[in-house]
Amino acid sequence: MQTLDEIVAVSPTFAGLTQPQLELIAGCARNVGFTQGERLFREGDPADTFYLVRKGRVSLSTHVPARGAVVIETLDPGEIVGWSWLFPPYLWHFDARAVDDLRAVAFDGACLRGKCEADHDLGYELVGRFASVMIDRLQHTRLRLLDIYGDASTS
Amino acid sequence: MATPARAEAESTTRGPMTPVPYRVVSRAAETADTSTLVLEPLGAPVVPAPGQFNMLYAFGVGEVPISTSAAPDPGGALVHTIRDVGAVSHALVHTEPGTVIGVRGPYGTTWPLEEARGHDLVIVAGGIGLAPLRPAVYHALEHRDEFASVCILLGARTPSDLLFLAELESWRGRFDVELEVTVDTAGEDWHGRVGVVTQLIPRASFDPDSTIALVCGPEIMMTFTARALLERGVPKENIAISMERNMQCGLGHCGHCQLGPVLICRDGPVFWFDAMEPLMEVRGL
Repeated sequence: MQTLDEIVAVSPTFAGLTQPQLELIAGCARNVGFTQGERLFREGDPADTFYLVRKGRVSLSTHVPARGAVVIETLDPGEIVGWSWLFPPYLWHFDARAVDDLRAVAFDGACLRGKCEADHDLGYELVGRFASVMIDRLQHTRLRLLDIYGDASTS
Repeated sequence: MATPARAEAESTTRGPMTPVPYRVVSRAAETADTSTLVLEPLGAPVVPAPGQFNMLYAFGVGEVPISTSAAPDPGGALVHTIRDVGAVSHALVHTEPGTVIGVRGPYGTTWPLEEARGHDLVIVAGGIGLAPLRPAVYHALEHRDEFASVCILLGARTPSDLLFLAELESWRGRFDVELEVTVDTAGEDWHGRVGVVTQLIPRASFDPDSTIALVCGPEIMMTFTARALLERGVPKENIAISMERNMQCGLGHCGHCQLGPVLICRDGPVFWFDAMEPLMEVRGL
């Protein structure tokens, strides 16, 4: 059975951190499970946690008047769910649900922010890594804005 | 159906711009704007290979190039999946069974399935791009032992834009094929992935050093897909793409489909990415 710091160490987001840094991060982590359809968090609620998906899939969605819930993105094992815990006002911008039965590692955002304040090297590493996650998502979102499947004229 | 003797005689006397009459046997709606036509020959049959296209002539309206979307049929039956985007494609998509249309072809280059033998085969389709790739998928499934892994990655705008749903289910049910599907946006009743097709590439199971990738979709989708494959380590000379331009004659005579030094209808539509990349980077070309 893997320990939390071992799980954290193999995540692409945290790979390459020093052992003491991994232990600091794992100190703010716990294993969690959600059943299919269960909500991880809700738009507008305080963002005090983020998740590393271990098994299952998470959907990020928002409610669009007259359309209902629209799924913005799904996240698979190895991916991070949530970065609103890192930046004020620390509120979720979307809803997150378990698409199927989910296993994840939940990280206490306030705990980790405190450790980042106390250890700026750790803070620098984490902000850089979350910036990389955000850039990836931004680029994918830009691609979708281009409506890349929409302009083929024939088959 | 033409007799072989009659077909041979017709094929030797028919001019290159003369279409073969084909009767529409059936029309099946795939999505709100896309239909699949099954055609039977009334003259010398046309037998396209995977990746090739035919010029389909809606009499009185005009001609458009449409890739074959089924395995080659020696008897000459054709399957074309057409999206309604203009006057001619609109006429074809709404053609009733029994109607006769014209077919010229087959034209163009084929998917490099022979070159892919012994390699991992990665097939990436965006939207209507699955139609030209479907014959390659059929080939890969029929000759499964000729390839190492077979990986099919599909992207579409929404779940209702996905083509060939019954076949996707059957492909997904196979243990020897990896099929991943993603859509740009969906309601909460969709249990699959939501994201862009390039996001599937880092997760797919293939060895980039021994992979042949076949990519088809709008040009912007192919550009970003090729970049994602390159990032994964697939050499650009192992990435095949199917290009599209305004093809009018299919014979390399009219020049409408010229892209720099190449004519897409004559030299393509399937090209290796290393040959196309410099041309795709030229703005306005």
